[in-house]
Amino acid sequence: MIRYLIRRLLWACALFVVITIVTFVIFFMIPVNPAKQACGQRATPTCIKNTTHTLGLDRPVSIQYLRFMDRLVLHLNLGRSFVTRQSVNKTVLNAAPVSASLVFGGAIVWMLIALPVGILSALRPRSTLDRTAMVFVLIGISAHPVWIGLIFLYFFAFKLGWFQIGGYCNFFHPVGGCGGPVQWAWHMVLPWATFAILFTALYVRMIRANVMEASNEDYVRTARAKGAPEWIVIRSHILRNALLPVVTMLGMDIGVALGTAIFTESVYGLPGLGKTALDSISSFDLPVTQGIVVFATLSIIFFNLIVDLLYAVIDPRIRLT
Amino acid sequence: MALLEVNDLKTHFRTDDGIVKAVDGVSFSIEKGQTLGIVGESGSGKSVTCLTIMGLNSRVNTISSGAALWKGKDLLKMSTRQLRSVRGDDIAMIFQDPMTSLNPVKSIGAQLIEAILLHRDVSKKQAKARALELLKAVGIPRPERRIDDYPHQFSGGMRQRVMIAMALINDPDLLIADEPTTALDVTTQAQILNLMTKLQADFGSAIIMITHDLGVIAEIADEVVVMYAARVAEQAPIDNLFRRPHHPYTWGLLGSLPRLDTDVERLIQIQGQPPSLLNPPKGCRFHPRCPYVMEICKMTEPDLLPVSHDPEHFQRCHLDEDTKDREAAKLTHMGDAA
Repeated sequence: MIRYLIRRLLWACALFVVITIVTFVIFFMIPVNPAKQACGQRATPTCIKNTTHTLGLDRPVSIQYLRFMDRLVLHLNLGRSFVTRQSVNKTVLNAAPVSASLVFGGAIVWMLIALPVGILSALRPRSTLDRTAMVFVLIGISAHPVWIGLIFLYFFAFKLGWFQIGGYCNFFHPVGGCGGPVQWAWHMVLPWATFAILFTALYVRMIRANVMEASNEDYVRTARAKGAPEWIVIRSHILRNALLPVVTMLGMDIGVALGTAIFTESVYGLPGLGKTALDSISSFDLPVTQGIVVFATLSIIFFNLIVDLLYAVIDPRIRLT
Repeated sequence: MALLEVNDLKTHFRTDDGIVKAVDGVSFSIEKGQTLGIVGESGSGKSVTCLTIMGLNSRVNTISSGAALWKGKDLLKMSTRQLRSVRGDDIAMIFQDPMTSLNPVKSIGAQLIEAILLHRDVSKKQAKARALELLKAVGIPRPERRIDDYPHQFSGGMRQRVMIAMALINDPDLLIADEPTTALDVTTQAQILNLMTKLQADFGSAIIMITHDLGVIAEIADEVVVMYAARVAEQAPIDNLFRRPHHPYTWGLLGSLPRLDTDVERLIQIQGQPPSLLNPPKGCRFHPRCPYVMEICKMTEPDLLPVSHDPEHFQRCHLDEDTKDREAAKLTHMGDAA
């Protein structure tokens, strides 16, 4: 177990270095001078020259990367924004809870729907529920979150007025007039729904397939031959096996979801990581972009690690290998 | 009263192509402590017969008729609840592939204990003691250390031993073994067969042994049912069958058995393929593959009738006694096997 953990952690470090290097290199491949952007529309050559020096852009990329890593590893400091000169740590920490609300809330929503629907349609294939669910799955996979978001906003927020048209409310303290758990949840309902649709569709399909496959296994027949009642057969023989891969998928998809969250955050104007990343990329703000990449990488690595450990606990076949 | 009496059992599956008559009028009975062998090639309906008795066919597309009287009560007419109390308690079953028949995420101890607790009102501790006892009986070394292990930590032969332990754990009156040795290598096959014979003596269960291997039948059965294309071709006590097999299909099965005491260049093979059960041949179902086929075989199906001088021996063939005597004599050395 300890060796397994150490091996996983070493992999995580390697992954981290590779991803940060790639982000750096990609950034410097773009033929734009960040200093010019930072100086604004009336950039004078002096300003550009000074800014280039202040930002450290006049040094080789390798040195910049090493300085970045040095700051990050030794001081846990992501630097300052090229554009606003604000601390990137602060920017990321402000945006992260918004994305976390969206992604985790969304994950809970999609699992709450996908689990029962997937299981029931697998146990009763070709039933009305199964057919309805499959049509929904097709729509959910095909429809883009931006489109769904706009439709939801138009009907539920603008036409019916049940919800605010976008915006975010802090869970803890009121910022600019709204705050607290109730307001927070109220503002998140539409984003959650929009965000969860794609994943609900994918998960219904995956859970259904897994449960159907497990139902045909020989050990399920063995359980019936033992005289086990149907609910025990389903609970402790079919579902135990069918839901194992779902745990892995969930861990990986939380990471993927951070990427998909960009669309939902843009539509609803949520100041999360996705929207911040989008803004920083369009203003060629390397430190902020890099900061978000670092944060996202770390959280994906973290979730995968959790899933791997969890998997080793729930699947006996992994424990000893 | 017989322990289990199967009367004119029919199991038909509805498929997109039509109705597959997987079992079409099979009758046999088995007494307490007896071993019945059901032999036939793949698709002859031997497994489906037993799954029907256990009520383990998928309910959606299956039509079963006839009767399977368990101590006088018809298993086919029992409610799900009644059937459940019979399964795993009075009648237990072992399956062909031990690699996939155990739940991979539960320890073998948990699976054994589950089998007890489903039928007995005992504490977990008592159930565990019983599980250990059975693991010891089936020859798992150091059971107290292995009981918390998972199926993937056991070899195929050991898993089949665990399956046997699980089947016998509630002292069933009947054990149905569906090709229990097919997926195992030859040395392990012999071990498992010896184990089953030994356990039968200890537990006194009756056994229905399904196999395509007459060698296995010769080893352990008292009575044999030879199935061909969803029907019984021949049925007899073991000695009678091996002394004087009556059906050309049985001759074929015997001829294809490798033997140590005779020097044969090549094993005899039954020509052709088993017929489709969607659309079985008219007349005798074996006639397209039978080397002795006559005109009458193509028209009328022979009934399953007792042999004149051997009333416990039933057969379904039009051939005259003289031809049968002559042909069966060629195989008489098979009598030694019994």
